[in-house]
Amino acid sequence: MSANLTALAYLVASVLFILALRGLSSPGAARRGNMMGIAGMAIAIGTTVLDPSIVSYGGILAAIAVGGIIGTIIARRIQMTAMPELIAGFHSLVGMAAVLVAAAAFLSPDSFGIVDESGAIKMASRIEMALGVVIGAITFSGSIVAFAKLAGLLSGDPVMFPGQHWLNLAIGVVIAVLIAMFAQTPDPQWFWIFTGLAFAIGILLIIPIGGADMPVVISMLNSYSGWAAAGIGFTLGNSALIVTGALVGSSGAILSYIMCKAMNRSFISVILGGFGAVATTARSKTDKPHKEGSAEDAAFLLRNAGSVVIVPGYGMAVAQAQHVLAEVAEKLKSQGIKVRYGIHPVAGRMPGHMNVLLAEANVPYEDVHELEEINPDFSNTDVAIVIGANDVTNPAAKNDPKSPIFGMPILEVDKAKTVLFIKRSMKGVGYAGIDNELFYSPNTMMLLADAKKMMQDIGKEL
Amino acid sequence: MEVDPLIWQLSIFVLAIFVGYYVIWSVTPALHTPLMAITNAISSVIVVGALMAAGPADFSAAKVLGLAAITLAAVNIFGGFVVTQRMLSMFRGKKK
Repeated sequence: MSANLTALAYLVASVLFILALRGLSSPGAARRGNMMGIAGMAIAIGTTVLDPSIVSYGGILAAIAVGGIIGTIIARRIQMTAMPELIAGFHSLVGMAAVLVAAAAFLSPDSFGIVDESGAIKMASRIEMALGVVIGAITFSGSIVAFAKLAGLLSGDPVMFPGQHWLNLAIGVVIAVLIAMFAQTPDPQWFWIFTGLAFAIGILLIIPIGGADMPVVISMLNSYSGWAAAGIGFTLGNSALIVTGALVGSSGAILSYIMCKAMNRSFISVILGGFGAVATTARSKTDKPHKEGSAEDAAFLLRNAGSVVIVPGYGMAVAQAQHVLAEVAEKLKSQGIKVRYGIHPVAGRMPGHMNVLLAEANVPYEDVHELEEINPDFSNTDVAIVIGANDVTNPAAKNDPKSPIFGMPILEVDKAKTVLFIKRSMKGVGYAGIDNELFYSPNTMMLLADAKKMMQDIGKEL
Repeated sequence: MEVDPLIWQLSIFVLAIFVGYYVIWSVTPALHTPLMAITNAISSVIVVGALMAAGPADFSAAKVLGLAAITLAAVNIFGGFVVTQRMLSMFRGKKK
């Protein structure tokens, strides 16, 4: 295949990838989009394999088969609640693949056609592969830490130590200096040292970031994996890889921005970490009066409601309550009650996580609304059910300028006539570690129980 | 004077960032998780670099690294597309 034809094939693959992402504007088009993504990948791989320099097919086929089988099995078995861990794990693989490819290009530059007349690697290629390997290594080790935190292998609490940010800064500067030296003289030792340092800084960057900020971390690592791919694309002079890297890089960056905005946090403050580590404004020791109710009371209120809005959070996923919740919602709907769901952008541990969990529980996507859509409707909602969410409903975000979450957009459930707040006990606080005045509001009824058990009991009463 | 290929690559890169920017903002927030899964899958097109490393007949360290990278990328490609399909198949509208 001529070089021009190869380049055209990569262009087709790039266009298919763009269309695959474009498809995600609606669920129907998204399924077609995914097929286009698969077609684009098949074209990219097929074109590369037809290159005359590739002659050894046995190992390649075996590697694709092994990886493909593992990937398919994982993808088919994974629980939807574990999606954040899966995505973090996948990011780490992209990062590692980038490191391996850059290292291979460094060791055998001839196979990649990046040597000059004297047989040394071109300077531009050295810079490109250095950037690719550094970003790839950060993506890998950062994603491993994120994976461990999400899967519960590591505590979700921020890990802080004195001088942490200075250490990170120092390592960052050393990496930059080493890349500059590597650009001047292709001394192999610089390559391996900055690769090692990049692995270290990936860990250091993610350990201070707490569980609540995981949606930002995952989005950020998504972005890094794209930039790493683009860096390798420059080394290889491969347009499909450059385009894809740019698409994925900007996708992750936009998601990070959306997540930060939804928490009213700056990207820098998330990166610096430590949120939720210090016990903020002391929780009042005096037990403020609150109203508790039973499943029977809740069922009574729901039966007599005209419209109900359900606000799910990560706690719903932990309690595996989404299926029972959807059944209760169906029962209410069959009695002519209007039932909708309101989703905060940072509900769950990754962007869009709640939507997937509700979709899995057969909730029609027309019933699921974003924050801006549902907020104006709370004032004419009879009952709002908060299940497994906390901070995203805290009115302090609007009323209390001293609150650490002040300014964060919230779901305004306090405007509903009655709030049913399902919570395990009065003790626990949200990720931000702050009290929620909603608990003590006269129109709130606290339903203190496991979310799944409570929904089952309400279902029985209905 | 001829333009360095690097400049063409940079042009493609910058324009693709803009395409990405506008395409991603049109993605509905409800599908942000599938978006991440599919971006994961397509960023594994990095496998083309791994194929080039693993392609030559002679045995070398680069070839071993290439084969390892192909395996990792294949996990991601198959896993990413399959899990995306699985998620998207759950997003159903109201029963008619």
